[in-house]
Amino acid sequence: MVDKRKFKIGEPILEVKNISLTFGGVKAITNISFNVLEHEIRAIIGPNGAGKSSMLNCINGIYKPQEGKVIFKGEELKSITPNIMAQKGISRTFQNLALFKRMSVLDNILVGRKLHTKSSFLEVALQLPRATREEKVNRAKSEEIVKFLEIENIKNTEVGKLPYGLQKKVELGRALATEAPILLLDEPMAGMNVEEKRDMCRFVLKINDELGATIVLIEHDMGVVMDISDRVVVLDYGKVIGDDIPDIVRADQKVIDAYLGVAHD
Amino acid sequence: MKPVFMRYTKNDIINFIVLLVLGFLVIPNVIKSDYWYTSILIPWLCLTIAALGQNIVMGYTGQLSLGAAGFMCAGAYACYNLMLRIQDMPFLGALILSGLIAAGLGIIFGLPSLRIRGIYLMVATLASQFFIVWVVDKFGWFKNYDLSGATTFQKIDINGIPFHSGYMMYLLVAAIVVVITILAINMARGSTGRNWMAVRDMDIAAESMGVTLLKTKLQAFAINAFLCGIAGALYTYTYLKTVEPFAAFNISLSFKIMFMAIIGGLGTISGAFIGAAFILLFPVVLNAVGNNLFHGMIDATIISSIEQIVFGGLIITLMIFEPLGFAKLWETIKSKFRPKSQTS
Ligand SMILES: Nc1ncnc2c1ncn2[C@@H]1O[C@H](COP(=O)(O)OP(=O)(O)OP(=O)(O)O)[C@@H](O)[C@H]1O
Ligand SMILES: [Mg+2]
Repeated sequence: MVDKRKFKIGEPILEVKNISLTFGGVKAITNISFNVLEHEIRAIIGPNGAGKSSMLNCINGIYKPQEGKVIFKGEELKSITPNIMAQKGISRTFQNLALFKRMSVLDNILVGRKLHTKSSFLEVALQLPRATREEKVNRAKSEEIVKFLEIENIKNTEVGKLPYGLQKKVELGRALATEAPILLLDEPMAGMNVEEKRDMCRFVLKINDELGATIVLIEHDMGVVMDISDRVVVLDYGKVIGDDIPDIVRADQKVIDAYLGVAHD
Repeated sequence: MKPVFMRYTKNDIINFIVLLVLGFLVIPNVIKSDYWYTSILIPWLCLTIAALGQNIVMGYTGQLSLGAAGFMCAGAYACYNLMLRIQDMPFLGALILSGLIAAGLGIIFGLPSLRIRGIYLMVATLASQFFIVWVVDKFGWFKNYDLSGATTFQKIDINGIPFHSGYMMYLLVAAIVVVITILAINMARGSTGRNWMAVRDMDIAAESMGVTLLKTKLQAFAINAFLCGIAGALYTYTYLKTVEPFAAFNISLSFKIMFMAIIGGLGTISGAFIGAAFILLFPVVLNAVGNNLFHGMIDATIISSIEQIVFGGLIITLMIFEPLGFAKLWETIKSKFRPKSQTS
């Protein structure tokens, strides 16, 4: 399967080194290091509270780790904010949905086109050529995404009125609209039924396969993780307890213990 | 619905034509009394501009701001001084410059929005209200050292055409409102408006998509102040004509403009028109009803308290049941009367 890929897995595009993050006294992440290779699907798994979401938030600049560094395309990043990371080409979805609730599906996705929109508010107000041209392109791209995710029938619906599973799809669509080469997906399949999950897996695989996006995926469903990811990093209590291809991780006793809740010695 | 011209749908264009015909053909031909122009239509249109600004910062961008009257004061006195001190200053040029000066102040007084939000921000933005009006009142230069403490604004002439009568001033204000409304609609429906709403609905996600909070918030504050500045200048030049800063631009005016945005419908353009009409006309209607029905048996103070009670009640009711205000209510009613196939 791997050898048939259009985008061959390459060099590390993103590396985190010795990241530690505490909230007051609570250690969310302790000395975590791992890397993400270009064009791979990299899963992060671990029990609840293991620090998975915190890890993504450190990468994308929402949390500021007390220690450690993030290396992007071989270059250590000095300042990391959600905005800078978006410009570097890292887009994301959120575990607890962070959609623009009172905007339509299409408008949510259109916000994802922000960094492809150069016209100023004056150009927009006066509908100058560049503004109308960009709007046309952005709308066409967004319509494509709507079609790809099979949500054409709800594209004009206010997002807040949609069921959870559809909102998750819209969030993926918004991340896709950025055309970022790296997507951080925080539990994109949470709360979905089997059929919705299967669809979502299909989309994730397609995004990776056809667009060549590098995907960092947090997921609780082991079946899904084993099926679609290239490599898995396992977190427990804020530490890395495993990092390998799915088959090896699955057989690892430490990982099994963590999931079964075996007491630490 | 498919756009037929630029990004406008057929409905937009029909609405637009109907309103233009109403505003520039029907009203000028039907309404002959100066009272209607000077006391109702002109202040309504002027305050609509301010309510539009308020709606952009509060309804679209979600930043609670309460200081519209301060920016109106800035716009009014900027225009007065530009006209006074620069020879041959064209009125429309002065008007735009006044808006820009107010916009500059809007950016300064919008700075707190980068650190605080909600009701705290609202209190902080009140600074503009007090500070600007105080400065204008304190330093005689702004009022050209008029000993009476009041300022009488110049008469408007554009290209030699006098805009002195209520009728002419109405045409001028209405034309400006048309331009502003089109610009506002273009922004609200385009990428600019989407950035505002993204910041309003979920700022952290907006940032993760590359929307800059700093720029977007300050832009909204600047546009709000720009519109308030223009509104303030027009309001004084065409409606008040003689002004004492503290009396004309008090906090109650700021509240009124905020209520216009809320009652009309936050995050809608038409809401500014509806809200301004309601807040302005309601007291007039109530007074007329009070006088005609009860022949002066009801005290004026009672009528004005009834007014306050109804406003308060309305705002609370709308906030609970229809946060999008009268504009949304109107849409809902319209869609109920439309044949099924046409909806959605
Ligand atoms: N903003 C915050 N403030 C305080 N503590 C936090 C914050 N965010 C996360 N934590 C704590 O950090 C730890 C890791 O949380 P995190 O959300 O990263 O876990 P997770 O692996 O994503 O769990 P889940 O599977 O439930 O999503 C938890 O103990 C959590 O309580
Ligand atoms: Mg999580």
